[in-house]
Amino acid sequence: MDSPSTAGLARATPWQTARVVAVKPETTRAKTFRLALSAPFEHRAGQHVVVRLTAPDGYTASRSYSIASAPDGSAEIELTVERLEGGEVSTFLHDDVTVGDELEVRGPIGGWFVWNADSPALLVGGGSGVVPLMAMLRLARRSGRCGLIRLVASVRTPDDLYYANEIPGPETTLVYTRATPPSFPRPPARLRDDDLPKPLAPGTRAYICGSSGFADAASDVVVGAGLATEQIRVERFGPSG
Amino acid sequence: MGRFTRGFAGRGRGERDPRLPPGQYDTGNDWPVLTAEVTPRLDTATWTFKIEGLVDRPTTWTWDEIHALPPSSYAGAIHCVTTWSKFDVHFGGVSVDTLLGVAGVQPGATHVLAFSHTAYTTNLPLADVTGGKAWVVWDYEGRPLEAAHGGPARLLVPHLYFWKSAKFVAGLRVLDHDEPGFWEQNGYHDRGDPWLEQRYQGD
Repeated sequence: MDSPSTAGLARATPWQTARVVAVKPETTRAKTFRLALSAPFEHRAGQHVVVRLTAPDGYTASRSYSIASAPDGSAEIELTVERLEGGEVSTFLHDDVTVGDELEVRGPIGGWFVWNADSPALLVGGGSGVVPLMAMLRLARRSGRCGLIRLVASVRTPDDLYYANEIPGPETTLVYTRATPPSFPRPPARLRDDDLPKPLAPGTRAYICGSSGFADAASDVVVGAGLATEQIRVERFGPSG
Repeated sequence: MGRFTRGFAGRGRGERDPRLPPGQYDTGNDWPVLTAEVTPRLDTATWTFKIEGLVDRPTTWTWDEIHALPPSSYAGAIHCVTTWSKFDVHFGGVSVDTLLGVAGVQPGATHVLAFSHTAYTTNLPLADVTGGKAWVVWDYEGRPLEAAHGGPARLLVPHLYFWKSAKFVAGLRVLDHDEPGFWEQNGYHDRGDPWLEQRYQGD
């Protein structure tokens, strides 16, 4: 593991207010919230923010959410949030938050699971783990660096795919593990070696994101494809609601 | 601060556990796994733990040697910066006091950098790993610590956020200065006291 020369957050990032300017369903269980920042920042693709909810009596609940949008110079970011049954924050965001509401956020946070559009990257996401990778894919597309990036997105069924209209492209591969769209050539199966693009460009770094189980399984596949473990960065999404 | 979120009441605060630091919730029986690297498969036949740096006797222990030291255990809570806390956990291993006692900390030492068999590192004030506050553990609830949770052995510093409890720990480097580790270089707090909510740099 090399030492990141540019820390993602060597400075303090105070809480700020962000206004919800759009809410869009991605799947039946995931929504994207577009937030207008009151103190705009430029994030790096792969970073996250913390969202804090505060009750009138001062009780707070905070969770981290990856930024799905690419850094684009705007004062807005997008977060895609999966609704976790029993999750105190995600259920509130899904069931109660509407356009015009204000949320407290701080960030951007993280200097490890980031891609700066300057080196070859293999992105492997499982389910909601595609969110930070989407920021990277969007960055690649908007900066004309698609040649550097390959995304493999694994979902259970077509209904579970986030950004379904946006992901398909020559630099992306979809893997369905339970059910596929009609006439999809690959039968449903877990991610395996021949799902990965080949050959991988020299110096490729892999970014793997998903549940811990997915991350371990995908790491094994990526290592099997010849990538050294030092070249693999992992982000595990826990059930932290 | 001083503003609340429209419509948010939160839940369960009537019976909020006094053991919960601010901003934390009880994860119950879950133990979320958050690791930034590929989970390594370490063989206890070749595993080592070492103490180096500002010590009189830099020392390396094998798996059998470290198990021959006086055992020590921890029972209590752990707190992750991602806001979960977990209560009534039991870890078994050896006290860091025992290990540092063998190596002999030199005057002037102020911090340690814990390093793992992966490339992970984390920095801690010496005072946070001495005085019965830190362990190297290999048992969890009486069973071998799983690799997903840092096995075969991890550092345990339960009074600080859990990223300080380095998984796959390989040793401690005793220093006369503070040297930011992996997450600390990436924006997380140098000390990480959950009761002070020292989550990120600047907190």
